[in-house]
Amino acid sequence: MKMPKLSTILFYLFALLVILPFLFPLVWIALTSIKTQVQIVAVPPVWIFEPTLENYRRVFVEQEFGRFLLNSTIIAVGSTVFSLILGLPAAYTISRYRQQALGVLILLARLMPGISYLIPWFILFSKLQMVDTYTAMIASHMLVGMPLIVWIMVNYFDGLPRELEEAAQVDGCTLQQTFLKVVLPLSGPGIITASTLSFLFSWNNFMFALVLSADRTKPLPIAIYSFVSYAEVSWGSVMAAAVVIIAPAIILTMFFQRYVIKGLTMGAVKG
Amino acid sequence: MKEYIENNVRWLFPLPAALFIVAMMVFPVLYTFWVSLTDWSLASGGEAHFVGLKNFEVLFGEPRFYNALKLTVYFTVLAVAVETVLGVGIALLLNREFRGKDTLKTILLLPMVATPVAIGLAWTLFYEPTVGLANYTMKLLGLPASKWLADQATVIPSLALVDIWEWTPMIALIVMAGLASLPSEPFEAARVDGATPLQIFRHVTLPLLAPTILVAVVLRSIDAFKTFDIIYTMTGGGPGFGSETMNIYAYTLGFQYFRFGAASSALVALLALVLGSSLVVLYFRRRWEV
Repeated sequence: MKMPKLSTILFYLFALLVILPFLFPLVWIALTSIKTQVQIVAVPPVWIFEPTLENYRRVFVEQEFGRFLLNSTIIAVGSTVFSLILGLPAAYTISRYRQQALGVLILLARLMPGISYLIPWFILFSKLQMVDTYTAMIASHMLVGMPLIVWIMVNYFDGLPRELEEAAQVDGCTLQQTFLKVVLPLSGPGIITASTLSFLFSWNNFMFALVLSADRTKPLPIAIYSFVSYAEVSWGSVMAAAVVIIAPAIILTMFFQRYVIKGLTMGAVKG
Repeated sequence: MKEYIENNVRWLFPLPAALFIVAMMVFPVLYTFWVSLTDWSLASGGEAHFVGLKNFEVLFGEPRFYNALKLTVYFTVLAVAVETVLGVGIALLLNREFRGKDTLKTILLLPMVATPVAIGLAWTLFYEPTVGLANYTMKLLGLPASKWLADQATVIPSLALVDIWEWTPMIALIVMAGLASLPSEPFEAARVDGATPLQIFRHVTLPLLAPTILVAVVLRSIDAFKTFDIIYTMTGGGPGFGSETMNIYAYTLGFQYFRFGAASSALVALLALVLGSSLVVLYFRRRWEV
């Protein structure tokens, strides 16, 4: 058996040291979620203890988190699907016909601070009596998801070879047919990147729901926040709720690791 | 008619998306501009009267506005500076092939994709002065306990630390991708010429990497400037106005005081700042062909 070199061991130790601070808080959240209140406030912190699922029971039974989980899913999936429907064709013609003005509009939508929409949206949706509807929540989240999808897909389409499309058009395909039958089937990786990010951004969004949702459409970030507005914070329940909300995002990220990295670092590295 | 549609179908493709953006973004922003010129508030009985630039006069004479501006810049500069140094450092040190690199990258992704509200609440518990891990760690290190979020002097650095935890990985991953795309010739040439690792870093790696780092810094700065979730959940702008950034200030004016006119003027100022600085950056980006 070959002994690993000392330099290799040192490198791994070092890599562990670098990565640990990023991992530790998440592990601590998970550990705290299965502690009792007494164990949580113990100083020094308890490392070995008998785990309890009481916090999760409270979160799901007393706080009805199942409902909020469903709301978040409806809003994130809905906004991603509709963003794809609007965004994919737009991204395609922006890429192929250099529709600069639209490109700038999309870029503006990506730069704009979300808070600048809150007052007009609140007033608009109040007047339409649409506050606390899935339509309003999905529409608001689409303003984050759609520009993101267009941005990623314009980059993706730019990198696709055009020969196939040109051949299809010579054969008499209309633009619609070329797009649906030739381009979309080649766009899997781009669409996965774009939809995963759109889903994550919607899943994590807090600000829009703060003014546009109430009892009926309340998503997870608002539900967990309302825990701390009680007089005494039950930290165990807060952490259990945190696990419930963070876990799906993490699982999705692990599943689509390469795509998420690509999407998040896109635009910064040429090529 | 049919032919007309056939010829212009390229404009029909993006039409729904464009209409959506006009309805949900352009119109609301214009509306905000209009409201910023009125005295609309709950106190005015819900009626809006045109008052010209009065809200801006009041805003620019308001110490809270300058406080918010100062804190926003402080938070952004502090967080992004530390993230850049750490992120570039991590990327350089991990810049080699090893088993488990993919796992390591996945772990780096987690702070970025974890829901900020939940992260904010968890860090609130870490920072809790008596039972929190932060002060326990300080004690282990032999350092004095801190009040973290509860003291005006430490609240912004404490919040920035959360942002640093969340977003250092982004700079690291961007720079790692940048390093992977660098040509190998300049490095070989430098090695052949007998350059030391430090010289190679200073005169080869850094200049080649500069555009990537610059873009990463710009992207991060724009996002850090807009930070809302963690500040709102962890301090709500307090203690006092100790962490009341522009975002929080505008939100408080609008949705705690219901002074829509005043809040809109703060939003217009914020918009001008974000878009103004973005345009400057875009201009330079184009000029430098980054």
